[in-house]
Amino acid sequence: MSVPIESPVSYSNVGITRWWQRSVFASQTAYVTLALLLLLVVMHFASPYFFTEGNMQNVAKNFSFIAIATLGVTFVIITGGIDLSVGSMMCFSAMVTSMVMSGLSTPDMPGASLFVHLAADGKTVLANMPGLIMLVSVLAGLIAALIVGLINGFCIAVLGLSPFVTTLGMLSIVRGLAYVVSNGRGSFPGGPDAEYFYGLTSGTLFGMPAPFIYLVVLALVMAMVLHHTAFGRHVFALGGNEKAAELTGIPVVRVKIQVYVICALAAGLQGIIISGWLGSAPANMATSYELNVIAAAVIGGANLAGGIGGPLGAIVGCVLLEVIRNGLVLAQVNSYWQQTLVGVIIILAVLVDRIRSRMI
Amino acid sequence: MIGRIITSTAMITAAAAGQPVLELTGIGKDFGAIRALHGIDMRVSPGEVVGLMGDNGAGKSTLVKIIAGNFPANHGEIRFEGNAVHFYRPIDARAVGIEVVYQDLALADNLTAAANVFLGRELKWKFGPFAFLDHKAMAARALELFGELRSETRPQHLVKQMSGGQRQAVAIARTRLSNAKLVMMDEPTAAISVRQVEQVLSLIHRLKEQGVAVMLISHRMPDVFAVCSVVARSGRTSRSATPVRKR
Repeated sequence: MSVPIESPVSYSNVGITRWWQRSVFASQTAYVTLALLLLLVVMHFASPYFFTEGNMQNVAKNFSFIAIATLGVTFVIITGGIDLSVGSMMCFSAMVTSMVMSGLSTPDMPGASLFVHLAADGKTVLANMPGLIMLVSVLAGLIAALIVGLINGFCIAVLGLSPFVTTLGMLSIVRGLAYVVSNGRGSFPGGPDAEYFYGLTSGTLFGMPAPFIYLVVLALVMAMVLHHTAFGRHVFALGGNEKAAELTGIPVVRVKIQVYVICALAAGLQGIIISGWLGSAPANMATSYELNVIAAAVIGGANLAGGIGGPLGAIVGCVLLEVIRNGLVLAQVNSYWQQTLVGVIIILAVLVDRIRSRMI
Repeated sequence: MIGRIITSTAMITAAAAGQPVLELTGIGKDFGAIRALHGIDMRVSPGEVVGLMGDNGAGKSTLVKIIAGNFPANHGEIRFEGNAVHFYRPIDARAVGIEVVYQDLALADNLTAAANVFLGRELKWKFGPFAFLDHKAMAARALELFGELRSETRPQHLVKQMSGGQRQAVAIARTRLSNAKLVMMDEPTAAISVRQVEQVLSLIHRLKEQGVAVMLISHRMPDVFAVCSVVARSGRTSRSATPVRKR
């Protein structure tokens, strides 16, 4: 039954879609990227301060503060789900990290004897290699995120609850937990490792803010995973046609749980980074950030109906939001306009995409 | 209530005699108070093409879905190549060699034709502990399969932008990935052109020559009679349909 000829099919009616009609070029992401470039040019002429090194670093740092979580939520959005608990997740994870860090650095605390002990002169001395406390506490924060992500995934994939309701509930639960464990006071990453922690979260490397470097690395990994692994393909298939995914033998439940775990981990990491920049993890940290994160993903071209999205779009969405915010400040426009403008852009971005897909 | 679908061995062509690929005994399915299927007995031998015809709501698709493992039967037994089998998920059925073309084709619109053909069984290359998709090999194999179907379908195109016939070709190409022993097609010719119908029918002929059993569900009588050696009818009105043989 083999027909081994060079071109087994003759195409009489079917042309080739050109490169600009395909993949990323034919997506909302491409249009929003164009809009962003245009905006950068406009900003350059509008304000001489925009393209200064300091301002660029500032912009890079600021959008990195929501972009990592946006990468995570993009995974969920591609499968056709939504995760509203990212803002609370950031806070909770940061809180756990800073509490564990200061706990392990205080000699009297349970478990702390493994890491620190009191020297004869009453000073706290490391019992172990430097950096270990930080490692353990960051891991603790990420594990907290992992558990919440697993619960989200379990409720949605196994119990079949709606993603919106589940994560809305989780938003409240996790925020509440953050208040409970901190008694509403917030906590500070302290102890002998705090310096490393601040260095890794708000320091710079080769003139670039550390969060920006993490973002670039994670985005590249995400692009690889989405487009060149079976898992990524299954994520897209799930968003495109969940029933078909099930029928073709894709482990739908597993993939769904995985994306919610990825999302929670990304949010957790993001929260830990933000707490390093803030120097503390207040209990009201990152309140309503989930809306910024989802807005950035949607502006960047992730389709809430599922099946479309990617790391480039997520980042472009975040950059656009930040450039607008930054630009309004530089142009000395009342900063309260920012939120209004963001809303307009969300709708415009989706509208342009709708018009484009009607034209084809 | 539905009529019985009977295929008696006497009706099967001599070439196809021997151990049946698929044997159903007393299959019944209830959805709550609705009895969708009742007492279905059926044998399908290797290289045999069975046409399944019936009115809308007769239970054709239900029967296919039971055999394909979409949901279990309430009564009766399924034997595949002589062994009693229980399918809990579609992949269970696929693992023993049952391929299905679903009526709604089960395609993900946002993926390319090649990606859809290989959905759930992607070709990969290994790099250390990581496995990456082998895009080239999948596109090449998909192109080959579309060639066999004489379908003008490009592997790298999105299914979203394809015509009904191309979509059908993608769904049918999927069944050719493995060496299936039984291929079930639910309305495979419903959305395609006359020329493509011919290709699908000739594909069915070729499957038959290779000893693959085919179960064809169709509203289009000419198609069914063109390829089927055994035709089982079902319907609400006839309680017991007599199989009609056509060479």
